[in-house]
Amino acid sequence: MSVREKLIVVGNGMAGCRAVQEVLKRNPDRYEITIFGAEPRVNYDRIMLSPVLAGEKTFDDIVINDAAWYADNGITLHAGVAVEAIDRQAKVVCGAGGIDAPYDRLILAVGSDPIRLPLPGAELAGVVTFRDLDDVEAMVAAAKPGAKAVVIGGGLLGIEAAYGLSKRGMSATVVHLMDVLMERQLDASAGFLLTEALAAKGVETVLEAQSEKILGADGRVTGLCLKDGPTLPCDLLVMAVGIRPSTGLARAAGLEINRGVVVDDALRTSDPSIWAIGECVEHRGQCYGLVAPIWEMCRTLGEALTDGEGAYEGSALSTRLKVSGVDVFSAGKHQGGDGCEDIVFRDAGRGVYKRIVLEDGKVAGAVLFGDAADGAWYFDLMRSGEPVGDFRETLVFGQAASEGLRGLDPSAAVAAMADTAEVCGCNGVCKGEIARAIADQDLTTLESVRAVTKASASCGTCTPLVEKILKLSLGDAFQAQTGPKPVCGCTHRGHDETRRRIVDEGLKSLPAVMQALEWTTPDGCASCRPALNYYLLCAWPGDYRDDRQSRFINERAHANIQKDGTYSVVPRMWGGVTSAAELRAIADVVDKFAIPTVKVTGGQRIDLLGVRKDDLPAVWADLNAAGMVSGHAYGKALRTVKTCVGTDWCRFGTQDSTGLGVRLEKFMWGSWTPAKVKLGVSGCPRNCAEATCKDIGVVCVDSGYEIHVGGAAGLHIRGTEVLTKVASEDEAVWAICAVAQLYRENAWYLERIYKWMDRVGLAWIKSRIEDPDQRRALYDRFAYSQRFFRIDPWAERVAGRDAHEFNPLSRRLELASV
Amino acid sequence: MNALVLDSRQWTDVGAVTDVPLRGARRVPTRAGDVAIFRTGDGRVFALKDACPHKGGPLSQGIVHGHAVACPLHSWSISLATGEPLGADHGKGCAPVVPLRVEDGRLLLGLA
Repeated sequence: MSVREKLIVVGNGMAGCRAVQEVLKRNPDRYEITIFGAEPRVNYDRIMLSPVLAGEKTFDDIVINDAAWYADNGITLHAGVAVEAIDRQAKVVCGAGGIDAPYDRLILAVGSDPIRLPLPGAELAGVVTFRDLDDVEAMVAAAKPGAKAVVIGGGLLGIEAAYGLSKRGMSATVVHLMDVLMERQLDASAGFLLTEALAAKGVETVLEAQSEKILGADGRVTGLCLKDGPTLPCDLLVMAVGIRPSTGLARAAGLEINRGVVVDDALRTSDPSIWAIGECVEHRGQCYGLVAPIWEMCRTLGEALTDGEGAYEGSALSTRLKVSGVDVFSAGKHQGGDGCEDIVFRDAGRGVYKRIVLEDGKVAGAVLFGDAADGAWYFDLMRSGEPVGDFRETLVFGQAASEGLRGLDPSAAVAAMADTAEVCGCNGVCKGEIARAIADQDLTTLESVRAVTKASASCGTCTPLVEKILKLSLGDAFQAQTGPKPVCGCTHRGHDETRRRIVDEGLKSLPAVMQALEWTTPDGCASCRPALNYYLLCAWPGDYRDDRQSRFINERAHANIQKDGTYSVVPRMWGGVTSAAELRAIADVVDKFAIPTVKVTGGQRIDLLGVRKDDLPAVWADLNAAGMVSGHAYGKALRTVKTCVGTDWCRFGTQDSTGLGVRLEKFMWGSWTPAKVKLGVSGCPRNCAEATCKDIGVVCVDSGYEIHVGGAAGLHIRGTEVLTKVASEDEAVWAICAVAQLYRENAWYLERIYKWMDRVGLAWIKSRIEDPDQRRALYDRFAYSQRFFRIDPWAERVAGRDAHEFNPLSRRLELASV
Repeated sequence: MNALVLDSRQWTDVGAVTDVPLRGARRVPTRAGDVAIFRTGDGRVFALKDACPHKGGPLSQGIVHGHAVACPLHSWSISLATGEPLGADHGKGCAPVVPLRVEDGRLLLGLA
């Protein structure tokens, strides 16, 4: 036998050994093979280190090739010997301890290095990365039950590390720079579910947190200090912030390097005798950190080294999180994009969220949470580029529901579905049950099918399918039905159900509502987000964190946007009463900021129009200094309380209408409501404050106060109805706050009081306000809520809150043209 | 508008990706009017001239949902990727796309 060519592999990891296997598979006798590995052990499955850390597997479980494999295949292994140099002229690699080995062909599979953040204190004992078995052993040694671990990095590896440490009895916290976990693989909805699922497993998450320095005592880590945040005490700190291709050896040998070792489609480096694969490689500008592309590279390399054909053309990527009981899969354009459309499926009962992204009728990406069984199938569809239009309606239900429908028109496809095929995944209803129910019980409407079979009664995604089955069964007798008016196109649920379930199920965030109510879009739309934001802050005052990005611009900027993009500013004038000092301050502001228009409003206020957005905080600061606060003229909120002068001055006045108006406004200002709320208080039935066309009005009479509701003088003209009559001013305030709270808790977003009254009926409103217990409870809830909202938003912003809202991102281009 | 098609492009660092709120926008004033930079719920960023094709409303002030923004003046829904109105208003003009790159977490606006 002739002398065999010498093949040396630098790197005894997953890529190196897999490449050798691929070569041996094709030609077992061609090469005399030597492998150098820096780790003193045989080849193991690095991606299974997470289960080892979690104690779910042992090292022996994850060994891929044991010592016998090297011996059986005649491979020389230098384990624990790092290669220090490559002499390309002499074609020799120089290993540590003077082990030199000549090669004919060389494979670099040196992998990557974990990134260590250069934070103060990074050198302390107990600060580790998560890359190899040594790291795992260091973590396991530190993982005493009850001890605390902090993991910097909320990517795949960081989450797996935190989960593993938590399984070892530590309390683990993930600190992540971004506002969504695994943001490169997940969208915000799936990220939210992941945060919740981890919390249920004892792993806490701190998002949008920048690590500032690592604290230590006696040379050991004691905590992580966050910028603008708390210090998290810890006994172990894991940095899992990413990897960097290991290029030192190749660079020293003079190979072409960019981010990684540059290779062509045959995986050959700039030296024709040297190939490179795995995480150290940069191919077509792309570096990889996942295993699937590495397997594909190894196949190509196996061909290349045995005179075969084949080129590596890059890989599509998919990710699966390895945390027991938390099923997460992501692939391709999971975030959608131009020309893409989303199919979203949520099953709140099972905690499932699926988003399939289609582009040109083909699968372009997917995010699966809670049920990732079909991940591989979507990934296959994505890579094959097969058109999925024929089974689009069942696509989101997975492979089992969709196979057999290809190539058929939609109706025929439904007809061809087996009776045992599942139609409604939420309630486990198959086609046969639906068809039988329609026939046996003479069902003719979608609602009746829902009532009898539960099919499409939960998330509603299968509604078109159920309708098709109805149509197939009934022919022309079927007519599509509509249920309660949905909140918006993102859901088929109505406002009442949404509000009720937020309270009943304790839903306290937008993602929680969208998941529980099975929204069909990833993050809602401009219609539902402001509605849900209002429902949440009404249900959970003091508890819910207002989502600014779900507010219309006026409520975000606390001023009214005008047609030219400037804003109007309306300071509050309690009950329409002002003073020389206030008017002087307003005049000064107008001069100082060159405000073009000053106008008296219909609600007895002064409107400053044409204020530049950048000037708003400074304008407010000057108004605040004169004692004025926001008039909320921009909000779905309490606007104005219009009054007449009442007994103070008027010869006809019966009560102190001005005083009552001021008192009401000072108690109720700042409250958010479903739509704007305007009040009026008139001191006598001559009604100079026009209280009988306000949302809530008071008409004072000799014997007391008539409380009116449901007036309008805008799109519609409506006189009020009398709600109740009370004897004292206190009772008037109680009744007005109670009816305001009933409206706040019950109406649909954007529904004015008169529309709400038409819908629920004056009698229903009366019955609640006239009952002393209910009235008292409503008043108390209003008063409690006001503890959190009776705060001047202008003063908060003058003090610096939300400064980014008013400042441009950058002024560097002010003189440039784009 | 014409400047958009010139080749020699200068890239200017206008801030960090994280300076733009998630599901929000920031504006960058230029001599030719504001540019709006959007960041969507899935963390992607887009840049358009800050003027709705309908009545010139400042899109940077709208509600960002999916990969679209609702104009604050009349609620036209504008695609962030193309600047074109979506739905019923499709085909009625377009807010020009401004070249934007992300490098090491920084936003780079492309100028002619």
